[in-house]
Amino acid sequence: MDENKVLMSLRDVNMVFKKPGSLLADRNIHVLKNISLDVYEGEILAVVGESGCGKTTLGKIITGLYRPTSGSIVFAGQDLMKLFAKSLSSFNAVQFIQQDSYAALNPVRTIYQSLYAPIKNYHRDWNRFQIDAKIEELMKVISLYPSEQYLNKYPHQLSGGQRQRILMARAISLDPKLIVADEPVSMIDVSLRLSLLNLMKSLKDLYHMSFVYISHDLATTRYIAENGRVAVMYLGEIVELGKISDIIKNPRHPYTRALIQAVPIPDPHFKGSETLPLKSMNLGTLENRGEGCPFYERCLYADEKCLSKVPYVQTETSLSMCCHLGKIPHESLFGRRLKKEEEK
Amino acid sequence: MKEKASKLNLWLKSLSLSLKDFFFRVGVLGKKLFSNYKTILGTSIILLYILVAIFGPLIFPYNQEINMVDKYLMNSWTHPFGTDWLGRDVFRQVIAGAGSVLEIAFFTAAFSVVFGTILGIVAGYLGGWVDKVIMSVANIFLSIPAFPVYLLLAAVIVISSPIQFALVISVFSWAGLCRAIRIQVMSLKERDFLQICLVMRMSKAHIIFKEIMPNVFSYIAINFVTALRNAIMASVGIMLVGLAAYDPTNWGAIINAARTKGLTNVNNIYILLYPLVAIVIFEVATLMVSNGLDETFNPRLKEM
Amino acid sequence: MENDSIVSFKDVSIEYRLKRFTLKAVNHASLEIKRGKITALVGESGSGKTTLASSLINCISEPGRVSAGQVVFHDEGKDIIVNELSPKELRKFRWEKVSMVFQAAQSALNPVSMVREQFYETFDEHGLKMTKEEKEQRCVKLLNYVKLDPERVLNSYPHELSGGMKQRVMIAFALLLRPKVIILDEPTTALDVITQNYIFTLLKKINKDFGISMLLMTHDISVVARFADYVCVMYGGELMEYGSVYQVFDKRAHPYTEGLIQSTPNLIEDIKAMKPIPGMAPNLLDMPKGCVFSPRCPYATDLCRTKAPETTHCEVGFGKCYLYEGTSENGRK
Repeated sequence: MDENKVLMSLRDVNMVFKKPGSLLADRNIHVLKNISLDVYEGEILAVVGESGCGKTTLGKIITGLYRPTSGSIVFAGQDLMKLFAKSLSSFNAVQFIQQDSYAALNPVRTIYQSLYAPIKNYHRDWNRFQIDAKIEELMKVISLYPSEQYLNKYPHQLSGGQRQRILMARAISLDPKLIVADEPVSMIDVSLRLSLLNLMKSLKDLYHMSFVYISHDLATTRYIAENGRVAVMYLGEIVELGKISDIIKNPRHPYTRALIQAVPIPDPHFKGSETLPLKSMNLGTLENRGEGCPFYERCLYADEKCLSKVPYVQTETSLSMCCHLGKIPHESLFGRRLKKEEEK
Repeated sequence: MKEKASKLNLWLKSLSLSLKDFFFRVGVLGKKLFSNYKTILGTSIILLYILVAIFGPLIFPYNQEINMVDKYLMNSWTHPFGTDWLGRDVFRQVIAGAGSVLEIAFFTAAFSVVFGTILGIVAGYLGGWVDKVIMSVANIFLSIPAFPVYLLLAAVIVISSPIQFALVISVFSWAGLCRAIRIQVMSLKERDFLQICLVMRMSKAHIIFKEIMPNVFSYIAINFVTALRNAIMASVGIMLVGLAAYDPTNWGAIINAARTKGLTNVNNIYILLYPLVAIVIFEVATLMVSNGLDETFNPRLKEM
Repeated sequence: MENDSIVSFKDVSIEYRLKRFTLKAVNHASLEIKRGKITALVGESGSGKTTLASSLINCISEPGRVSAGQVVFHDEGKDIIVNELSPKELRKFRWEKVSMVFQAAQSALNPVSMVREQFYETFDEHGLKMTKEEKEQRCVKLLNYVKLDPERVLNSYPHELSGGMKQRVMIAFALLLRPKVIILDEPTTALDVITQNYIFTLLKKINKDFGISMLLMTHDISVVARFADYVCVMYGGELMEYGSVYQVFDKRAHPYTEGLIQSTPNLIEDIKAMKPIPGMAPNLLDMPKGCVFSPRCPYATDLCRTKAPETTHCEVGFGKCYLYEGTSENGRK
């Protein structure tokens, strides 16, 4: 597991969608703005943010479903933007696990057929028995054994957790180097999530893959990206990036602070302050954005300085947007715990 | 030599596994389709008609000889439907005509389903100008009233075989299916399981035939059965105005002949009724099958 | 204790009678919902919590039926037995006494009519004679209360609103006729963490300002810890434990409760301490003999596997486990 080797790097990636607007001009929806990110080999990089922040679009760009409007993507030395121009059919190293396991499987094909087809497509010269053996091996890895019980079933006959495991098996069947998982456990009951997350962790170690884990829930993200990094996104920009343990202990950007405070903790003594440090519920618009911090409209601590171009501040452990935050008191989670101890 | 033998062995084993899979899937499909009493009843009736069409003329051959002595006989054991104005046995006419009717119906249904499906999938999947062109053509065919044009075509082209007849009728019946399939494909395109086919770099052919096609199968099956019905109606209609008179035992032709002879003679009404009832029963059977299929594919329509 | 509760489930059993078999979704459940407090029903999917809560407005999905017991609503002075109401009485009861906020707000709102029309319709259907201005005023007041822009929202169709906005519209809808109880069926499942926080803060405000009792159904136990006053844990159609939130979380007397808390990822616990509950959810058609949870319980004994435990009551709650001692300590180990 070579953590220092960069597997994929994105530089200044922008994604603009054109929506037909008034007679004079189309509206430009700036979904991703100047995203620069590195994914190292064998690491888990989490991408966290609310709905509408662009994290799903980022995932789709990494898998090759969308072509970015501008910027550069380099994967293991290959320039992907050039490949986009020709064809991506030879690029197999990135796979995708979706959120809705029922929609991600063809409802009129059995599980066996859904697993067989991509393997056959990838290994054109394999015969039936080799593919069957591979499928057996995969079913053992995802702990859906004995496989006969599951292979001849249709997607609606399995539970959500079982389907999600099939999606994972399908993703690893093509020997990818990087897997993008888009909120894979958000449709599953909270008490059942751990076993799926454990499976993902073991797959990563077994097959030496990198994961990009997209989610809106910091709690599950913390569990799976134990020693990895997290990128916090807001309105299409990365507002904070660094090791997850550091960021949770010591968040720097006001949005990250709000996010951490919003996560409920299964201990009633941790009521915390009921109101979040946010001005409003509304996300802000993705259209016609100017320079300056994207969080300006919602930030409790914003002033005119935030409207001009905001530089990145790099500390030893994390990279975050510039914010005059050092002075504002932050009751970290451990601060809350201390309060509880005092109460006793 | 040994290598060749083991290769053959491997190939045979693989074939047997594929066959096993195939029969398993057919079995699941069959169980699903025939769990509904409507489907069972309807299909049995249609099968009965097919059997009659194939074996009927062998058991009850139709003798075209004119026999004025036996004119307008009533029902009896030798003539279950009586005889017509030329002394010919009506029962055997109906049996002989079954084949003709079914041929036209199945060919029409096949043509319209094939055209409609292919064009619908192509339009829905490729989009863009291909979609616009195909849709404009379909819209033209949907807005022009079919029947007058059928008559026009039938008058201009001399129809002398069931295939020609089927082609004429299917000219108008493919457009509706094309539209329905195009919409289905367009909404399927955005579904997650097709997006992941793109990520897994599957070929377009695989996506169309192995992923999309099975999903629209229910539409195709139901539409095929409905097309059978429409085909018979259209063919009878055309024959009622005296066109496409190449086969006098075709039920439409019998009805037309009886009508032309004059319905004031009650005997002619009887003669007209037998093929009419045969048509109605067939229509009802197709209706039952299509309703039954609809319920099977749309489980919400069923009662718990 | 009777006048302290607003709803009593008295030994309620709910069944689904299908063609070939009968599915028992809720098995002899007895529960008191306290007046003016937020009670949470926690359990995995299939545990029967939605079925039990929908019986309160007699809205169980077909073909479910209350096969035994009574669902009693304690109105001022009189008691209403909900599962025996006539259709006419039921129509008056629903929304005036008890209303519901459904999961997945997108399917609860009519996609082809504007939000304003749907609000007005509700007023009309309940026979309230109000002028247009009065109706509009009420709607505007309610939408302002849930922090939505009334102008924009009343004139929109449901698909033009975001998930969080739709859910707030549903909450305003539920408040329309000033009910005494609101049932919330997983109100924040499809929403992200910040929106979830807003919704629950709003609900707590409603509870404080109007004294409306709430019955919250969820599978997320962290949300319960943060926002509920009382919690009831459900598994396989049976009520496993009940008590105040502090009591249940501190003592974790029932093994299933302990397992639930341990298997929920959170921000502060040691990652190594989190582990999933072994085994799979029970098959409702093939229930285990004895205690429902025994196949997955780390403390299960032969007694647990053969004979189901009785419910042990204590001062402020109850538990269904041999390990749950009826002392005021509610201790184990």
